[in-house]
Amino acid sequence: MARRKSGKLGRITRRSLLVGSVAVAGGVAFGVWKIRQPVANPLNPEQGATLNPFVIIDRDGVTLVTGRAEMGQGTQTTLAAMLAEELDLDWDSVRVIHGPADAAYYNGALLEAGLPVAEYAMRDWQHSVAGVVGDMGKLFGLQITGGSSAMRDGYERLRHAGASAREALKAAAAERLGTTPDTLRTEGGAVVTADGARLPYAELAEAAAQRPAPEVAPRDPSQWRLLGKALPRHDMLAKVTGTATFGSDIRLPGMKFASPRMSPRLGGTMRSHDPEPALAVPGVERVIDLGTGIAVVASNSWAAMRGAEAVEIEWGPAPYPPTTDAIFERIADAFDGRRNSRLRDDGDVERTLEQAESVVEAEYRLPFLAHATMEPMNATALFTDDALELWTPNQTPLIQARLAAEAVGLDPEQVTVHTPFLGGGFGRRLEADYSVLAARIAQAMPGTPVQVVWSREEDMTHDFYRPGILARMRGVVANGRAEAFEARIAGPSVTHQAGRRMIGLPLGGPDKGHVEGAFDQPYRIANYRVDGHHADLDIPLGFWRSVGSSHNGFIHECFIDELAHAAGRDPMDFRLDMIRPESTVAARVLEAVRDMSDWDTAKAPDTGRGVAFTWSFGTPVAEVVEVRDENGRIRITRAWIACDMGRALDPGIVRAQMESGLIYGLSAAVSGKITFEDGMVTERNFPDYDVLRMHTAPIIETRILENQSRLGGGGEPGTPPSMPALANAVFDLTGQRARSLPLDQQFDFVT
Amino acid sequence: MRLRVNDQTHELDLPGEMPLLWVLRDALNLTGTKFGCGVAACGACTVLIDGEAARSCQVALADVWGPVTTIEGLGSPEAPTPLQAAWNDHQVAQCGYCQSGQIMQAAALLAENPAPTDDEIDDWMGGNLCRCGTYGRIRAAIHDAATRMQER
Repeated sequence: MARRKSGKLGRITRRSLLVGSVAVAGGVAFGVWKIRQPVANPLNPEQGATLNPFVIIDRDGVTLVTGRAEMGQGTQTTLAAMLAEELDLDWDSVRVIHGPADAAYYNGALLEAGLPVAEYAMRDWQHSVAGVVGDMGKLFGLQITGGSSAMRDGYERLRHAGASAREALKAAAAERLGTTPDTLRTEGGAVVTADGARLPYAELAEAAAQRPAPEVAPRDPSQWRLLGKALPRHDMLAKVTGTATFGSDIRLPGMKFASPRMSPRLGGTMRSHDPEPALAVPGVERVIDLGTGIAVVASNSWAAMRGAEAVEIEWGPAPYPPTTDAIFERIADAFDGRRNSRLRDDGDVERTLEQAESVVEAEYRLPFLAHATMEPMNATALFTDDALELWTPNQTPLIQARLAAEAVGLDPEQVTVHTPFLGGGFGRRLEADYSVLAARIAQAMPGTPVQVVWSREEDMTHDFYRPGILARMRGVVANGRAEAFEARIAGPSVTHQAGRRMIGLPLGGPDKGHVEGAFDQPYRIANYRVDGHHADLDIPLGFWRSVGSSHNGFIHECFIDELAHAAGRDPMDFRLDMIRPESTVAARVLEAVRDMSDWDTAKAPDTGRGVAFTWSFGTPVAEVVEVRDENGRIRITRAWIACDMGRALDPGIVRAQMESGLIYGLSAAVSGKITFEDGMVTERNFPDYDVLRMHTAPIIETRILENQSRLGGGGEPGTPPSMPALANAVFDLTGQRARSLPLDQQFDFVT
Repeated sequence: MRLRVNDQTHELDLPGEMPLLWVLRDALNLTGTKFGCGVAACGACTVLIDGEAARSCQVALADVWGPVTTIEGLGSPEAPTPLQAAWNDHQVAQCGYCQSGQIMQAAALLAENPAPTDDEIDDWMGGNLCRCGTYGRIRAAIHDAATRMQER
């Protein structure tokens, strides 16, 4: 495995030399990355806690390297706070960067979450095994920002790294002063002696970097100054003054602009093309043939986009059925095929259904969805014969490097990846297609940097979509409870497709991602079964905020509501009765939204309320949504959220993420759909793919609980319950069940 | 062609039909103004032209009817305007990509209506999309900025 620490870190900081020989090109890369042998005793995993490619100290102060992308979720702020907490840095003095692409920044929490067991019910031994699986992330080079995993991944590692660096600085100071470290303390970025003399870290960094990294336990949370509080985000002032650099804001000397137009039949061929009309557009310099599409290079983005539109192209057919209906027929066929998974099978569902006097049945149909990040896909590349430099707003730097290298015939080690701010990610930027395109275009013009910006239309019609899903549900109620609950879920597999594409692994076995949000919920139901069926479809699919839970949360929680109705029960009480015996932590978030929304008092006239609960990415979240009839149209008026991440490391950011997740979900539930006609995506821009706006978004109240003993994720868990809570509220208002999304196909919403 | 942006005059040799957005971003390197949709449907490219909020992706260079103010023409990180300071204090931005447009749209509102109600804010801001869902904090920051600006 390539290890190229200090040089790389030096290159990205581009600062002047500090002092002495240890400092390299402007900074001390603190500590040593100790790579564990993959054959180490797997049942006694040593945490990778002494590694420390996270701290750079130079004469300007301390720079904290997060190795995780900032796409709005606030992750860089809280990861930096973990380090700053242990290092006793003043928060306003801290500089935070993403840092290089490197296996040292592998994500250990992501694979851990992939074990096919329900997280709420995991025992300690299962967490130990999961930790070993997580360390495999290092071998696969999984430097990934995704899966709501950054806090869970960074919490131990970064606090250890910070503590270790602090003690090394103290040891260096003690040696210089001829005293012992226990007479020293740290404060405000300096080691302070008993008589109050201050030695700034910059003066100690060189000596400290040459010492072995001490093993130190992180501080007890009761001593925290920064963690557990809502801190000012490190990127906020830049973002409110237009000075934050997003991917598309990169400007390099001599840079050209390019825009792609790839086959609108995804994965299809280009039969012929005529570049002449594009070359007539002022500013256009050339048209590059990419085989399955073209790119137009110009002196500005606008000319490049106009040029790309002007090229006359004849496209080949799509490798999948050409219309939405035909695609869903293919998905329905999957019910007849071999089952991929049965990750929950409690009691005897078959028998209970056979013996029941009446069975509640429903079929749900959920659409394909686009990510629609505010910043369209883009990347900037500079190719020379033996190197590729990429500036790419991405969630997976090593995957970008590897796939871009493959595309242009280089080794991954010859690729340098810079990760600027992401104008939204939501899973879209886990993919590397935009970097690969930029690399290929740059290869056609060696020595000239080129920024490749997609039009909104190109972005929306060339996404990796949340898959369309069909679910067939059956249930039995008796004595006011659910006696049986069966879900059969059919759709194409994101996991299998993306696994092949991104890490080159043919994944097999039960696909947890396909049924998460349904099989792993903390309900005690005597007869409870969840089956997954894979549909064979070659439509590009990707990880859409909350992944499987984005559809399974909907079908699970809408069907629970249907069962509550069939049982003549209040949907809140009905849930609580089944959740309390299975998880107190989960019950408490439900009780919280019940109390916050005054659920038990009579609702206002012309309003409806719905509740839903999903445990996803380690975090139980309950939401209540209120809707109102406004002259025959539905307005989403208010929403209440309660979540339990175990420890809210930054309650301001947690709140923002929960509310963001809710609005993202509600936008999809009201109007989000990607449809196909003639093999092409129909929706091309925001007028076809509307989202909630200031006047259509609800007023939100959020409560953060801390009853859970383990850390949960924050970026995604707010999304799954939002959609069913809304659909259940609409039912409460109108008496009509929504069994397909988006809701605006069946109901009129205020727009 | 002559264009006045943030109190500076630029002589430009560019097609008159080129949208102001791309003149700002690609010719003048004023990248604070963002490209979101290209069809005036998201508000990310909002700037002020003669004090009026405009979608710069739909204004041709030849049609620019007055001096242009972009996000860079408000305050800097060291000296933000009261509006930007309110945005900072309310920690409005998440990914931040839409926020330049949101702030410019809000600046035009407060210039016209120094004490807007919730409904007036909602009406005025309804064309500016935010995929991170920061709407509640935007509304709070606008109220706060209105108060600060009246106190000045």
